Formats: sequence, C-alpha cells, structure tokens
Amino acid sequence: MDLQYVILISIGLPVLGSLCIAQLGKWPNVRDSALVITAAVLCGTISILVPTVIAGNQPEINVVPWALSGDAESGLVARIPLGFKVEPLGMLFAIVASVLWLITSIYAIGYMRGHHEKNQTRFFVFFSLAITGALGVAFARNVFTLFVFYEFLTLSTYPLVTHHGDEKARRAGRTYLGILIGTSVLLLLLGIVWTWQLAGTLEFTQGGILHTANELENKPWLVGVLLALYCFGTGKAALMPFHRWLPGAMVAPTPVSALLHAVAVVKAGVFTVLKVIIYIFGTEFLRETDASVWLMYVAGATLITASLIAMSKDNLKERLAYSTISQLSYIVLGASLANSAGVLGGGMHIAMHAVGKITLFFCAGAIMVASHKTKVSQLNGLGKVMPVTMAAFTVGAFSVIGVPPMGGAWSKWFLALGTLKAGQEPLLAALMISSLLNIAYLMPIPVRAFFLKEESPKIDADDDSDGISSVNEAPLLCVVPLCVTASGCLILFFLADAVQQFLEPIGK
Amino acid sequence: MIAEHLPVLQILIPLIAAPICVLLRSRHLVFPFATLVSWMTCAVSVVLLQRIMMGESISYELGGWPSLWGIEYRLDPLSGFVLLVISAVASLVLPFGRELLLREVPTEKHYLFYSAFLLCMTGLLGITITGDFFNVFVFLEISSLSAYVLIAMGKDRRALTAAYRYLIMGTIGSTFILIGIGLVYMMTGTLNMAELTERLHRQVEVQDRIITVIESRTVLAAFAFLTVGISIKLALFPLHVWLPNAYTYAPSMVSAFLAATATKVSFYLLLRVIFTIFGVQFAFHDMSLNQVLMILGLMAVFVGSAVAVYQENVKGLLAYSSVAQIGYLVLAVSFATGNDEGSVLGLSAGIVHLFNHAMIKGSLFLTMGCVMWRVGSTDLKDMKGLAKSMPWTMAAFVIGGLNLIGVPLTSGFISKWYLILAALEKGMIPVAAAALLSSLIAVMYVWRVVEVVYSSSPADETVGSKQQEAPWSMLVPMWIMIGASLIFGTLSRFPMEVARRAAEVLLQTGS
Repeated sequence: MDLQYVILISIGLPVLGSLCIAQLGKWPNVRDSALVITAAVLCGTISILVPTVIAGNQPEINVVPWALSGDAESGLVARIPLGFKVEPLGMLFAIVASVLWLITSIYAIGYMRGHHEKNQTRFFVFFSLAITGALGVAFARNVFTLFVFYEFLTLSTYPLVTHHGDEKARRAGRTYLGILIGTSVLLLLLGIVWTWQLAGTLEFTQGGILHTANELENKPWLVGVLLALYCFGTGKAALMPFHRWLPGAMVAPTPVSALLHAVAVVKAGVFTVLKVIIYIFGTEFLRETDASVWLMYVAGATLITASLIAMSKDNLKERLAYSTISQLSYIVLGASLANSAGVLGGGMHIAMHAVGKITLFFCAGAIMVASHKTKVSQLNGLGKVMPVTMAAFTVGAFSVIGVPPMGGAWSKWFLALGTLKAGQEPLLAALMISSLLNIAYLMPIPVRAFFLKEESPKIDADDDSDGISSVNEAPLLCVVPLCVTASGCLILFFLADAVQQFLEPIGK
Repeated sequence: MIAEHLPVLQILIPLIAAPICVLLRSRHLVFPFATLVSWMTCAVSVVLLQRIMMGESISYELGGWPSLWGIEYRLDPLSGFVLLVISAVASLVLPFGRELLLREVPTEKHYLFYSAFLLCMTGLLGITITGDFFNVFVFLEISSLSAYVLIAMGKDRRALTAAYRYLIMGTIGSTFILIGIGLVYMMTGTLNMAELTERLHRQVEVQDRIITVIESRTVLAAFAFLTVGISIKLALFPLHVWLPNAYTYAPSMVSAFLAATATKVSFYLLLRVIFTIFGVQFAFHDMSLNQVLMILGLMAVFVGSAVAVYQENVKGLLAYSSVAQIGYLVLAVSFATGNDEGSVLGLSAGIVHLFNHAMIKGSLFLTMGCVMWRVGSTDLKDMKGLAKSMPWTMAAFVIGGLNLIGVPLTSGFISKWYLILAALEKGMIPVAAAALLSSLIAVMYVWRVVEVVYSSSPADETVGSKQQEAPWSMLVPMWIMIGASLIFGTLSRFPMEVARRAAEVLLQTGS
C-alpha cells in the first residue's frame, strides 16, 4: 500500500472509531471493544510508517492543495496546502500518542466502569476525536495544518474537561477554552500570518524558513517578538503565565488527565514549540540572532516555580499537574537552547516524560477508584494494600525525577549537556535544583504509602469499613495498564540509543 | 434568446411573482410558487456569475434605450457575487420557513408575507444589478418598505415598535441617499454610474478657475449625504440602533434573510459609491474616509461584540454580533487605499467576508428559527438543556458559532486570515491585534449559549416529552447552509477567486 494513504488512514481512523462508538452506545461491551480495536489498529498503521522514517524518507500527502493563498492570480506559487508530512520528531510524537492511547483506552474502560461515570459514550467519542487532533499536529506539513489540528484538539477535549457537568467543571472549562483559544487566536495566529507575510511560505523546512526573510535582516528584535508570539501563543505548552488551565483541567476524569493533560494535549503544545523552533526559525538562525535567550530564562523560571508550587499542593492530581508544567518547561528549555543536544534532549523528553507521567496519573486514578482518596496526606499506609500500584508509582516517580535506570535519566542528561554547550551555566543549576525539587514533591508519596502507618484511630477496629485495611487493588483493567507503562519507563532507558539515532536528523 | 435577457429576468421573475402571490391567495399554492421563483432566480444568478467569471462583461439596456437616457443593468464580479448570495439565501430560507411560518404568522396573512418577501428580494437584487444611480434609490425603497412590513409581522408585539424604529431610521437613510443622488445629478446631468464617474472627474471652468467637478462643494455635500445615508442602511456603528430589535422580533425566517442579505447589499452600495463613483483617490486620499471607516469599524467590532455578550435573547445576541461583523467588513475596506497588494487583499477580505458572513449569520438565525418553532422563544433561559432534545439544531449552532469565532477550516477563519494578512501587509500591527482580540469576545458570547444549551438540565420537563427535533424541511436547508460554510472554509478557492477579481476590478476603475 502506498504510504501516503497510511498517513490519511491513521488520522481518519479515530474519527471513524468515534462514529462507531457513537452508534454503539446501547451495548457498552461492544462499544468498548470497538474503542480498543480502533486503538490497536491505529498502533498498527502508525508502525507501518516507522521503517520508512528510519530509512530517512518523509512520506507526504496534500489533502487540500489550495486551502489559503496569498495571491489568487499566481496561485501556483503562493498557496498554503492542508497536508501532512512525516518527519522523525512528528513520528516520535505519533508513536508515543498512539501507543499510550491504546493503553489508556483499556485503563479508561476500567476506570469509567469502576468509578461509575455517566455519559460514557460521549466520553469515548471525544476521547477518540482528541487523538485525531494529536496525530494531525504530529504529522502537519506546515504551520497552518498544525494550527488547524491544534484548535481541533482544544475543542474536542473541551467536553472531556467539563465531563461532570457541574459548576466546578464548567468553570474549569471556561478557563481551559479561554486560555487555550485565547492565546492561540491572539498570539499564535498572529505569528503564523506574520510568518507567511515575511517568508512567503509556511512549510516546515529543515534549517528553517525565516532566515530567508529580508525584512528580518536588520531587525533582530523582530525575531524575538515572533518567537514570543509562537511560544506564548502555544498555550498548551503551559509556559507561565499561561499555565492556569492545566491544574484546572484536573477536574476531568483521570484517564483524561492521564492521556490528554500529561501526554497528548500538553505534548502537542511543546511539540509545536520544538517544531516551530527547528523548522520555522531554524536553530542556527536562532543562535546567530540570540533571539531565544529570553525564552531559556522564562522556561527556567517556569520549571522552578512550578516545582515549588507542586510541593505546596496536597491534592495528588494537582501536584502532578504542576509537576507536568515544570517538566514541559524542560522541553521548551531544550528547544530554546537551539543546539543539537538541547533539541535532542527536548524531543526525547517528550517520550520519556509521557511514559513516566502517565504512570503517575494511572496510579492516582487507581487510588481514587479503589480507595476514593485524592489527597497526598491521606495516603499513609496505602502501600500495604495496593502494593502493585504504589510500586508502579515509585518507578514512574523515579523516571520523572531522572534517576537511572529509568528513561527520564537520558533526556535530562542531554538537556544538561545542551545548557553547557550553549554556555548557560545558570540554567544547568536550574535543572539540578528542579531535579532536587522533584524528589521533594514526588518521593513523599511512596514513602508515606510504604513506611508510614495510617493515622486514623480506627485502624485497630475490626468492624472498620472505610479504613485502609478494607481497600483492595483497583480493577484489573486499571492495574495492568499502569504496570505496562511502569515497565515502559525501564525499557526506555535501554532504548535511549535507538531514540537518539531516530531523532538524529532533527538536531542537524 | 433567453440568455441575452438574463440580467433583466433576474429582477423580473421575483417582481412579477409578487403580485401573482396576492392573486393566488391560497397558502398551499403560494408557498410552492414562491419557492420555485426563488430557485429560478438562484439559477439565473448562478449562470450570470459563471458568465462574468469567464471574463464576459455584461451590460443590459432596459427597453433598448441607450444607457445615457434609459436604465442600464451592469454586472461585474462584485455584483454577480452579491446577486448569488441574495438569491441563494432566499432559495434556502423559503423552504425552511414553511413550517415555521405556521407558528409565527397568522395563516390568513401568508400570501401577503410571501408577496412582501419576494418584493424585498427583488429590491435587494435590483440595487445590486442596476447601473443607474436613481434606480438604486427606487429598488432601495422597494426592499426597505417590504422589509418594514415583514418585520412588523413578528409574533411579539415589540416587532411593531422595532419596525417603526427601522422605518424612521431607514427613511432618513434613504432620504439622505436621494439627496446625494440629486446633488450629483445636478452637477453632472447623468444618472448612469459609469458616465457619472467620468463626468465627476472632468475639468470645468468656473469663474476663470479650472477645477474638477468632484472638488465642488455640491459634490462634497453629496458625498457626505451618500456615505451617511448608506451607513444608516448598513447599520454601521453608531448608526446601528435600528438593527438589533428589528432582527430580534422579526419572524425568524425574515431575521435570517435580512441578516444574511440586507446589510450585505448596503455594503455593496458603499463599495460602489466609494470605488466606482467617487474613486479611491477622492474618497480615501482627499476626504480621508478610510480613517473614519477604520475607527468606526473597530468601534463597531468591540462595542457590538461586548453588547452581544450581555444579551439574554439569542436572536438579539446574533443581531449585535452582526453589528460587530459589519465592523469587520468596513475595517477591511479601510485598508483598500490604493492598488498595492495590501489594498487588494483588504478589499477581497471584505468581499469574501460578505459572502461568508451571509452564510454564517443566515444559518445561525435558521437554528434560532428551529428553536422558535419548538420552544416558542429564543430567550436564553428557555433554552436550558435543549441540546438533548434538539441535537442536530444545536450542533448546527455550535458549528455556526465556531464560524463566528473563526476557528480554522470554517469560512469565518478565511475572512479573518485575509483581514489580518492585509493589516500586516499595510504595516498596521495594532489593528491586526485588535481584530484578533475582538474575535475572543465572540468566543465569550458563543460559549455562553453553548454552556446553557449543553450543560444545564431542561427548565421545562414537559417540553422534552413530545416533539423532539425540528422537522426535516427545516433541518435540511439549515444544514446545507452550515455545510456550505464548512466547505467554503476548507476549499476557499472559489469565493476567494471571485472576491479577488471583484476587488481588482473595483480598484482599477477607482484609481
């Protein structure tokens, strides 16, 4: 089969799946198996693309060759197509998103049933649509296509955030839309139109497109302005001060927080930043103009501040949310360093952090389903009754902190290397401090679970029904996925070499 | 034979059909007849636009009188485009309205309603097709008077005061236009637009001084009267006060039709007067009208959107959103100060938005028609949880709302893209930022409705018992219009090429 159609099938498949799910609402078992089958087939189609990309090819396809144009008369020259092109970074993101979607689908079925959530059909419909958004962002051939799917992702996840339908969810939904749509329409779109006006193209090109723009030559400050439009415009990257939506979105059911707010949505954000810096600005051009130095420090400040806030949060999901904000800034920092090690570390961190953080969220959800506990301070002694979950949590936490032999160690290594190459020692210090802070806010959780006893006086009473002793492990459909992702953290440590080679071309 | 007379048939078909409606009287006969007429009119305008885009220049002399004395119908890409918009909207709104009309207008008045509707359509088409300046006024009156009648037929008694207010404002507007036309005629002695342009730029000797006619005080006064008069009909901020109530209390299909076409035709007239008759040089460089338009456009966008956020009636919300969208149209025109790329882009952004907004606002008012049919009110408080019982209607509303916001792959995005591009091309970055900022206010007012409709539980449980979704005869036209807005948002080549051609023709003749 022609590879370009595989791209289309991959992007269309979740939409098809969501249509099936919508029709199958009356039969929950059939509906849920449709979801899992779609996810499995998607992993298959995505894997077809991998060998070609490793071989150095970039399959591409134009869906709408003439979506926008600057000049109708000479339409052949100046036109913006809506289309896709698979390059290594996008491929990596697509692999991460589709594999984790499969695992999360299984987990979500267990969670939604175990937690007795309402409107499950609607939930799974939009859950599938969101993946189309993420894949569209991954495979976009130009900034316009990326923008299209970026907005699609925002809109398709809105019903998931407001899933509970109460006032709290609605308020979170407003913040969510307000910040994500607001920043993208106001800043990102302006940046895109401006880029088109300056460079006359929006294609992602190795080495960037902006260095060809004559108007930028004697205005280096304009490059910085454009970069700011892109980086702050990508609200999904949660760069401070546009991070408020992420903790707010934690009112959503945990699988949503896991897949979307640890993987697909936020990663789509940092992926956009990486991709724009590599293929629109060009790392060399950024180094020459020094336009990204401010961004390094914004990212550095964000990653430390968010870590500090995370320490003060008692709600487990909120703590993880701030941890995500902090980790996202690692990737933005890597991109802004604009050298091969930084970009490589940033790209790698997309995968490493995704697997680690999704494990943590899975565990948080499993704890919620099994024991209805949401606060860190309630977790004392939980390790005895939920040993598997808490062990997986520990593994995930180690990976996020960056302790070998977990995957997260490598990406942090490359990021640190990048700061040294760029000659930004203060940022190296920021990275190290942040790692220490990671330990400070993540490790208390397994420590409490395994080594502290439950403080409740009821612990000795045999007739206690609400105490920890009555808690069992979460349903199997919840526990298996989190074991898989936890072992993924380990496996990735040994696969780092392969990932590095895979991403090699983008660092050039 | 027929092909040669198509321009006049465009007007004659609905014009003759209107009195026939009165003769037919029976509502079972009038409805299919009026619908058929609108479809024929639409077919004519499709053929005409096709011929124009093939590069043919169409001029038709009524009754065989040379254009100097008689009336000339003249078509360029712009007028062909607007004709298509009017007739296409009419041919969708009419079949949509059959069921709705039963609930909104007493049955014994139906034949009068259809007759007035066809007259209104005739008037709007006439303004667009004619090349004779006085003829513009005649058709303007035909369309306005019939529009007052249509609005006054609304179920709500407030429709009467709304129609009355529109009558007063509209009459002032058309009187101003008439005074303007009279003054210009006084100075040039012709009413044919092409001839008028030429004579306005002629040089004459007055008291030993040589001046061009256009510099005379009489013409200046005419220009002022014309622009203000048209601005009233266009509902340009701050002359928009007649519009919100008129659209809110009119029968829903009238709201849809007028919102999609009436202000668009006034916009067309504004373009004609500025670019064809007076010329860019005079209107924008000597008179600095572009600065006035830019400021008023921006104010319209912000004030209109902000007021829309606080509306309790969704039709009122959409009406104020129309005020804001008119601001975008005018803003786009204000970029067109010359013959450079930015001007062409700006003007074509305006023209393509004319087309897009007709679809968007038309379809949004149609969704409110469905709500009106089902609930009997479009107050936000009566629409709680309506998405459960009317999923198709509300999905259409959401898509229409996304169009208003300008989410990519909707036609609203196309308009926004070219508007921003034009602003950047002209180096007006603050204006571009302001235009983008205002589209965020659209998010607020659209989402207010979406939240109520989707996440609240129904206010009245009995509503959900019997009739669920609107009938097919309403859903199909509504979804055709919504679908068109999505198709032309993704495959924007057709509207964009027409708009660009129209803009180029206007700017060439103007400079």
